[in-house]
Amino acid sequence: MADVFRALADDSRRALLDRLFARNGQTLRQLAANLPMSRQAVAKHLAILEEANLVSTIWRGREKLHYLNPVPIAGIVRRWVGKFEDARLEALTDFQHQIETNKEKRRA
Amino acid sequence: MPERAPDFVYVIYIAASVEKVWNGLIDHHLTRQYWEHDNVSTWKKGSRWEHVRSDGSGKVDVAGKVVEIEPPRRMVITWAEGGNAGDEAKTSRVTFDLTAVGPDTKLTVTHSDLEAGSEMFIGITSGWPAVLSNLKTLLETGQTLSDKLWR
Repeated sequence: MADVFRALADDSRRALLDRLFARNGQTLRQLAANLPMSRQAVAKHLAILEEANLVSTIWRGREKLHYLNPVPIAGIVRRWVGKFEDARLEALTDFQHQIETNKEKRRA
Repeated sequence: MPERAPDFVYVIYIAASVEKVWNGLIDHHLTRQYWEHDNVSTWKKGSRWEHVRSDGSGKVDVAGKVVEIEPPRRMVITWAEGGNAGDEAKTSRVTFDLTAVGPDTKLTVTHSDLEAGSEMFIGITSGWPAVLSNLKTLLETGQTLSDKLWR
């Protein structure tokens, strides 16, 4: 579990997970596009994420596709969030999301 | 035509033998404990499998066919909502790959051909990670989260 937290404690790596959350199954080239990082730096971050099992990969021909693997995060949630707290927490985070998007809309 | 890339690839490491993890997928007494569903089938190539609610209602939430089965290493099943079995467009595909890593097992679950934006697609994103971490807890400790709460 320690390497999961270590892997998550970095803005660039969280940004890469965000990209996979938005679109799963990307190649290194796709993930590195429009990022202020060299492809080598992205590859290094991906290796750390894969080591922590937050990213899973498969080969399709000569292409390596990267997937978001939230299974270790689910393990963390199950450790500290009770079975029946799930729904209430979800309602709260939905509420927060709703308020925050409305605020942004008003600002725009 | 090349197959579409999978929609989701989940990996979990479980401190149990490949045989034990395999059993965890096909033994309905076990699936009931960590999945709240009985996975029911004869587990032969071509046979039907059903994901039946364990609450006594007998409701079949998911059903499909066993496409490939090589105990205890690999299984491919089709996956559709109970009422949509046979509807090609609404049928997706799940592959389980089990690899021994020393005394432990690496379980890879690949879900492909999901209908984009469908309720099933949305359900999958929150479903598998929780199910797999519950399977891990059951096989490693003999308990599931709900057990601990109720006993």
